[in-house]
Amino acid sequence: MSAEKAKKTVPYTVPIGPVHPALKEPVMFTFGMEGEIVRTVDFAPGQTHRGIEWMGMRRNPVQIVHLTDRICGICGIVHSLSFARAVEQIAEIEVPERADYIRTILHELERIQSHLLWAGVAAHELGFDSLFYLAWRVREQSMDLIENLTGNRVNYGIVQIGGVRRDISDEQRALVEKGLDYYQGLLDQMATLFLKDSTILMRCRGHGILSGDDARLLCTVGPTARASGLNMDVRQDYPYCAYGDLDVKAILPPPETGGPQGDVYDRIIVRLLEVGQSIGIIRQCLGQLPAGEILWEPKMAKLLSVLKKAEGEGIGRVEAPRGECMHYVKMAGKEAPDSWKVKASSYSNLMSWIPMLQGEQLADIPIIVASIDPCLSCTDRVAVTRNGQSDILTKEDLTRLSREKTRRMMQ
Amino acid sequence: MAGLPLLPELVRQLFSRPATNAFPSRHLPPSITGFLAKVARGEATIHPPIPTPPKFRGKIVYDREACIGCSLCLRVCPAHAIEFIPETKRVRIYVTQCIFCSQCNDVCPKNALHMSHEFLLATEDRYAESQIVE
Ligand code: SF4
Ligand code: SF4
Repeated sequence: MSAEKAKKTVPYTVPIGPVHPALKEPVMFTFGMEGEIVRTVDFAPGQTHRGIEWMGMRRNPVQIVHLTDRICGICGIVHSLSFARAVEQIAEIEVPERADYIRTILHELERIQSHLLWAGVAAHELGFDSLFYLAWRVREQSMDLIENLTGNRVNYGIVQIGGVRRDISDEQRALVEKGLDYYQGLLDQMATLFLKDSTILMRCRGHGILSGDDARLLCTVGPTARASGLNMDVRQDYPYCAYGDLDVKAILPPPETGGPQGDVYDRIIVRLLEVGQSIGIIRQCLGQLPAGEILWEPKMAKLLSVLKKAEGEGIGRVEAPRGECMHYVKMAGKEAPDSWKVKASSYSNLMSWIPMLQGEQLADIPIIVASIDPCLSCTDRVAVTRNGQSDILTKEDLTRLSREKTRRMMQ
Repeated sequence: MAGLPLLPELVRQLFSRPATNAFPSRHLPPSITGFLAKVARGEATIHPPIPTPPKFRGKIVYDREACIGCSLCLRVCPAHAIEFIPETKRVRIYVTQCIFCSQCNDVCPKNALHMSHEFLLATEDRYAESQIVE
């Protein structure tokens, strides 16, 4: 009996993934467990490669914009916007003001939608399914608005190089305002439901802690970084689109809830407050929406020929709901770009799992993993260029690299 | 203080209508074709479908007469869903490949391409008549 007992306390390995019902998206975890406690964490992303950059390097920027829509089912605007901004930089295209405002409005609607989606997922991971259904029912309003403004529920197809493809009419404006009122009225209720609930408080307060220093060292971005007290937000630090004209400040956990502690609870707080912030931003945008064109060049043939001549490198950065998203594009006077690289926001956040999960219990894994709002379909892409030659990394290479990196970081 | 703030909301929901869109019929009929025939005869009613949004992008429609065969649409189609037929100097669109971006609509100088509101497109055959627009 005692020998058996001793055996059970010896560290053993629990693999979770690559596809597991407790995880929102495919990723392979290997946990070294001691009893119920997680001692070591290792993970291998790279289970959902689709080769979208490879496809992009065989297409012109106008075509790629529609591919970028499909990098992520949630951040449709984010990816097309950062790609478009990179190309606009290269071709020196100036986006009309009205288009910038429309981009901002959609960008923020997307944030509302994404944060509510996350709130639902988080509740579900805690086993709190009634709250999950409620959050997702509430989310529908923003989906309907996006659908109305862009035409489709996902894969909006609204961003074009040099502007947006659809204008916002007065009727639609009224609809957006109605939707904002709806959310404004709900904010307090949502805050009470999520933050005053004893189940959530119990499971999230003091769990999955990421210290401010760790967050900085691991280059964490977005709400995950802000919940750990880092004052950073691309919209505040490097304003793009209409954000320069607007009043945007990075949201940190407020003093009323004890300031930033970097736990799962703080990540909920930051995201809920950001929904309120997005409502404010959209209101400001609607209030000062300038009149004018929505495209730099409505004639597609002309746009294509300008893009074909463009040469240089560009980087588009935007603050996605999950943090900074970055697209690097290199054009060399050809139809298709020479190089295109996508750095999704979750890419910067994955490493924070390691300090967060160590010392936690097995049962806390799902909510902690979900707490950074990982989007692995966005993240999974690697093509390495060395001495001008590119080679594609296989899954085995990636696994090895990821393990090596994890090991390095844990030394 | 922490408590169970969702409880009153849950009690309220017991008495409210479902938030989801209604299915065409309230219960699954024994025979769907039989039910549809009844609907056609006016003996049964179905919940009307939820309308598509105004700028919805569904199945593509092609105005063959208006097209001049400039093949600009081929250049912008991200999915390579459009084929140029040199003999007739017209295009053919494979709906199974189309990603409904409507970029070809924007580029066409003759306004020969449009997106309809039709979205129930699934079939088992990629080359079925309904999946090829020309
Ligand atoms: S809608 Fe888009 S994908 Fe479909 S045929 Fe037109 S350009 Fe191609
Ligand atoms: S762009 Fe319009 S006119 Fe030109 S080939 Fe396509 S459908 Fe025909």
